[in-house]
Amino acid sequence: MANSETPRPAWRNDAYAKVTGKAKYADDIKVLNCLHAVPVYSDYVSARIISIETADAQKQPGVVRVLTHKDVPGNLQYGQIIRDYAIFAHDKIRTSGDVIAVIVAESRQQAMDAIPFVKLVAQELPAVLDAEEALMEGAPLVHESHGSNLANYHCVRTGDVEAGEREAEVILEQEFTTSRIEHAYLEPESALCVLRQDGVMEVCGSMQHPFSTRRFVASTLGKSLADVEVKTVPMGGGFGGKDDTAAIVCARTALAAQLTGRPVRMTYTREWSMRESYKRHPYKISYRMGLKKDGKITFVKVRIVADGGAYCSVTPWVTWRSTVQCCGPYIVPHVHCDVYGVYTNNIYCGAMRGFGSPQVNFAIEQLIEMAAEKLGMDEIELRRRNMVRQGSVTITGQKLDDHTVSLEQVLDTVLKESGYTEKKQRCSHGKPGDEEWYGIGLALSYRGMSLGAEGTDFNSAIINIQPDGSILLETGVHENGQGSESAMILLCAEHLGVSKDRIRYRQPSTSNIPDGGTTVASRGTIMGGGAVVNAARQLKEHMARILAPDLQCSPEDIIFEDETLCKKDKTRILSFSEAISLMYARQEYPYSFGVFQAPRVSWDEHTGQGKAYFTWVYGCQAVELKVNPHTGKITLLNMYAAHDVGKAVNPALLKGQFYGGMAMGAGYGMLEKCDVSDGRVVPTNLHQYKILRATDLPEMTAIIVENPDPASPSGAKGIGEPTNELMAPAIANAVFHATGIRCPDQPVKVSNNGK
Amino acid sequence: MMTLINGKRLEINSDETDLNLLDFLRERLDLTGAKNGCGIGVCGACTILVEDEPKRACLMKVQDIIGQKVLTIEGMASPDGSLHPLQQAFVDAGAIQCGFCTPGMVLTAHALLLKNPQPTRGQIREALKGNLCRCTGYQQIVDAVITASKHYI
Ligand code: FES
Ligand code: FES
Repeated sequence: MANSETPRPAWRNDAYAKVTGKAKYADDIKVLNCLHAVPVYSDYVSARIISIETADAQKQPGVVRVLTHKDVPGNLQYGQIIRDYAIFAHDKIRTSGDVIAVIVAESRQQAMDAIPFVKLVAQELPAVLDAEEALMEGAPLVHESHGSNLANYHCVRTGDVEAGEREAEVILEQEFTTSRIEHAYLEPESALCVLRQDGVMEVCGSMQHPFSTRRFVASTLGKSLADVEVKTVPMGGGFGGKDDTAAIVCARTALAAQLTGRPVRMTYTREWSMRESYKRHPYKISYRMGLKKDGKITFVKVRIVADGGAYCSVTPWVTWRSTVQCCGPYIVPHVHCDVYGVYTNNIYCGAMRGFGSPQVNFAIEQLIEMAAEKLGMDEIELRRRNMVRQGSVTITGQKLDDHTVSLEQVLDTVLKESGYTEKKQRCSHGKPGDEEWYGIGLALSYRGMSLGAEGTDFNSAIINIQPDGSILLETGVHENGQGSESAMILLCAEHLGVSKDRIRYRQPSTSNIPDGGTTVASRGTIMGGGAVVNAARQLKEHMARILAPDLQCSPEDIIFEDETLCKKDKTRILSFSEAISLMYARQEYPYSFGVFQAPRVSWDEHTGQGKAYFTWVYGCQAVELKVNPHTGKITLLNMYAAHDVGKAVNPALLKGQFYGGMAMGAGYGMLEKCDVSDGRVVPTNLHQYKILRATDLPEMTAIIVENPDPASPSGAKGIGEPTNELMAPAIANAVFHATGIRCPDQPVKVSNNGK
Repeated sequence: MMTLINGKRLEINSDETDLNLLDFLRERLDLTGAKNGCGIGVCGACTILVEDEPKRACLMKVQDIIGQKVLTIEGMASPDGSLHPLQQAFVDAGAIQCGFCTPGMVLTAHALLLKNPQPTRGQIREALKGNLCRCTGYQQIVDAVITASKHYI
């Protein structure tokens, strides 16, 4: 069901604090006697460290301590998959963002003033700055102990590509490149660490993964997980970017707090953040695709090389998603896909909203249109002939039959809403003499939900009802700004049949609730929400069992609604507050711990076959734009998106995800590129790394499509990433329809002499 | 030397005049609603109003506000805590996600509406173009400003 307008005002539990300036982000919290820490970088991109001299820095006014690798009591090396990241560089400088020391001083200014006094003696080594070169024989090794620069490899082998080649009547070959981009969360990294009197290291930080942060901190300090407590404070944006780097900032700050015995704050400048934080992987993608004259795709052969930079981070997981989704939402009988994640001395790359899909979508959604052009077929028709439908089998052999496959529905929704077919007729195709070229374009995707075969995938929720009927709720999901806490509260209220005003989301801490994994992969609502729904169900069963005698019916006949518990026929009613009082009077806690475990998935690393994800989402986005034939300037006119979200929990905030995702995707499509020169990140701040402004963006239309998912207890699925993986190819296609020029390199640029 | 911050008179000491205004607001006065997103005047997260004009605190010194009337986000709501209609409009429109840009957005929009209580969507975008937001795509922020505008007429 398409549900376009919901007049309900938006609601979020933290809106008041945020709109009044009362919300305290990590750098806003004041602690007495606090020290300030700053990172020290080197001038090198690749070098062997001979010595790091800190004595002079140590003598500077206000400096309390200078930390280097020698001060780490726990593990110096850390990493989510491969332990290749040194909290402090010790043997080698592998990239320009490597930190060689941290200066801790009475004031931030004093710490900064001491930076030039840390001296690194090192011997420069040859750097490898191109992923293809890094794979060649004899290339300098970024990590000698790893044995090669290949961080990881994935493949898909489906059918027999040779047979596909023979069947093909038309063959296309095309190479695409995508750029490295910066998350550009508005709040740079920040951490505040306090060693408590009970020996627990308490960590507050601008990070999106408290449990991962806890692992980094505990590993660095050599403490147990129970001896580190990571607390959540409001965070100024993450988009996948506040996992590793943010956790490392917290770990270094915690080390400073541990060794000085005083609270320590480390807040990054934008310059440090740009230099050190990981980016979205740049890809080089080479496709070979064959089709029959009737438009049926017979085979796809694809080779993807991802520059992962100096550290592995989550490159194997990012590139795995690219593997699974390398053919877009199309049925392809014969597939041969190879994906390489590669070490270089560039800035490292990790998670970013989309996680391996924006890159392949940029390519495949153009390729499919190039195929249509070659066949002389309508690009929408070609998509229809190949798209996945109910019961289709994906390229990895997964049958899509356990949820609604709504790809065609979202496509038709966007076609209708945007007036695509009619507007397509008006596209300029680079008509000579025109003062303005107009184009419309779209892109389609499907996306595996949550982590899939990337990792363990479960989450928990605690509902703890107080004697006065107020409710404390907590989950293992992190508030990244997307409104996850509000969604959890609304689901809890709905499933307990109470007003949301009863519910307070408890300030989350890693010591309150079990590790629920990271709030990435658009898994917050589906996983956390699933746990909330399960916790609510258990709680209702418990309460019904205890209170059935009061309602003179069997437990199964009790309904929780409108702040009451009532017998089905409404002859007996208990108010929710009365019910809670009775529970306490009976010495029964109205408390529950709910868990949602993702349904089973499977993956065979050798063949690239399996049920990669337990469910999928479907989306379509379109854009209208104009291009100035003289300057090449692209002006966006309208953007449209339809996404199947399963079920809308908080429609206004959900639309906020649509708009924000479209905007960020548009920036990826036409503007953003984080250049690296000789291994150094070129942009130093937001004046050089530009993101789209209010005047660069057009009005947007967000259409929520709802097909509740049977695999999700709440019916809802994720939306954070699907919205951010389509606008770039839609822009590329619209630019083609406007100018007649194909742009296989992202960001899309039209050279200023037009055609 | 005096300044008026959120309606309260504040004495400035001579050793404070040279301090960075954003640091002064955040650290000395605990007015942490003004954020540091770039420190070089491009993101707008540190926006405050000086004599009803949006200014970037990160580029200013304390001396720049001597004798001036300053409004920070902390001064927008009524003393009883009830929201200014513009703030309420931000809440109702879903214009807030991570919230890091929100104080600067609200203040910039407030300055616009004081001058032009009936702006078009285009004029709102123009007024807000110096305030970056990575989360919202600006759509619901523009919606909020439109909704609030009727309270300024
Ligand atoms: S912090 Fe002042 S404009 Fe960015
Ligand atoms: S709401 Fe996050 S930057 Fe605007």
